Amino acid sequence: MKVERKCRIVEKTQVGDAIYMVLEAGDMVRTGFKAPGQFVHIKCGEGLLLRRPISVCTCGMADPEDLISIVFEVRGEGTQWIAARQVGDELDVLGLAGNGFDIRPDGRYLLVGGGIGIPPMLGCAQFVGGKCTAVLGGRSAEKIILKDLFEDVCDKVLVATDDGSMGHHGFVDALVRQELEQDKNYDGVLACGPKPMLRNVAKVAQEFGVPCLVSMEERMGCGVGACLVCACDMADGSRKHVCKNGPVFDAGEVDWNA
Amino acid sequence: MPEVNMSVNLAGMTMKNPIVVASGTFGFGREYGEFFDLSELGGICAKGLTLHRREGNPAPRIAETPMGILNSVGLQNPGVDAFIEEELPFLRQYDVKVIANISGNTPEEYGIMCEKLAGAGVDMIEVNISCPNVKAGGLAYGTRPELAAEVTKMAKSHAGNVPVMVKLSPNVTDVTEIARAVEDAGADALSLINTLRGMRIDINTDRPVLKMNTGGLSGPAVLPVAVRMVWEVANAVKIPILGMGGVAKGEDAAQLMLAGATAVAVGTSLFADPYAAIKVRDGLEAIAACKGLANVSDLTGGVKPW
Repeated sequence: MKVERKCRIVEKTQVGDAIYMVLEAGDMVRTGFKAPGQFVHIKCGEGLLLRRPISVCTCGMADPEDLISIVFEVRGEGTQWIAARQVGDELDVLGLAGNGFDIRPDGRYLLVGGGIGIPPMLGCAQFVGGKCTAVLGGRSAEKIILKDLFEDVCDKVLVATDDGSMGHHGFVDALVRQELEQDKNYDGVLACGPKPMLRNVAKVAQEFGVPCLVSMEERMGCGVGACLVCACDMADGSRKHVCKNGPVFDAGEVDWNA
Repeated sequence: MPEVNMSVNLAGMTMKNPIVVASGTFGFGREYGEFFDLSELGGICAKGLTLHRREGNPAPRIAETPMGILNSVGLQNPGVDAFIEEELPFLRQYDVKVIANISGNTPEEYGIMCEKLAGAGVDMIEVNISCPNVKAGGLAYGTRPELAAEVTKMAKSHAGNVPVMVKLSPNVTDVTEIARAVEDAGADALSLINTLRGMRIDINTDRPVLKMNTGGLSGPAVLPVAVRMVWEVANAVKIPILGMGGVAKGEDAAQLMLAGATAVAVGTSLFADPYAAIKVRDGLEAIAACKGLANVSDLTGGVKPW
């Protein structure tokens, strides 16, 4: 079930170019958690009509209130408004929205996060605990965020940067290929990041016959599946909706040429 | 404060209150039904239907604008048969009037859909002749009086006893001309306004934000246009009006009713606040009570123009 409520900001820090916030969310996690990779839809003051969807980084049921962490970059007026809120301020949050990564707590996954797509993979890593490999990618070293937290909960953490300032000089799909060649025991590849990255990762996973789930992004309206604006083109010619049918889709379902 | 009778009668359809949710903003009710009891509403205008399933336009389909949004969904829907089989039974669990919204490529398609929906027992049919986001039919029927009349006649002759409400476009020079043509053709009610055509350009990429380049504007930005058009139409026709366009609070609904609307639809506001329609209803009730009205319907047409 989804709820809309005021959530107090209890922590706020800068991580690279992004902002990390922890929210007190009442019973939102208890009532709305399906899987890691869901999102919250946040109201940005009175002047902007549309909420902004932000992926949940990690969340947990806690006493007295559930806690949700989010990580976002300032991209426009809406995220600018959220970024200006301080610890102690309240946000109007609708959640938990969407479906996450359908994974097993005892599974072993290759987690791939690109740029601001890195944070939701941390939730996956925590959900599984200890058995995953994380591949983190970004334009340069300062875009590789939360690396120490991944190292706490993953077997192995690999990094790729476009400019070679940290880890492998190149894109994450090269590291995904390397991992899948060396290790045949992954139950799946999970990815979040820009669409070209997702397409390349999905292609490699398909080559190795490993199931692949991807988290998609689209401009969103209601966030619950009523307004139908956040259309995602599917391989069968239909259009599904990122907020309700996603944001996580089976990579094989998606029309990567759209 | 004294109790206000909130019930209204829209072309023979009695609603427990004048608040309807606007087509295209509420799906078929399932999503917002997670937030509140749909029986709290007067009516639900279901997502616009076509004879056959449509996937709609490519994304991006939404752009934010000053106090508004542009959309270019393009009538994505599962088709009228799937609505009747899968969605109508769900809506029928609630004590709320169900208004089916239809768009056709030809007058014949409107007729076929009306027959199916009347047979399935919807409470009202809203005939969309004003969608700005589809190429065939849609807006073309809504901008020419003779075509609007033809579609209305076809709908009326296939809808049996189910009242037919025609949804008017604001993208015309004189809305009263279309309103009169539709009334003369037998429409039982009118709904207005649909969205205003608009455009937003991303100055970093020089590209329109919407993949379809243009779309329909809704939200608080359009409220004054809606109030003006409802007022003009109310002065031109005798049939009742479902007013809509940017309603976000009780005062907005009261303005539309004073301008001449019998009932009011809430749409875009739902995206920011899932409870917006309930809050509009409560706000409207408080305003009527404050004015000492026994019936909320006493607001209708009460404007005192200078």
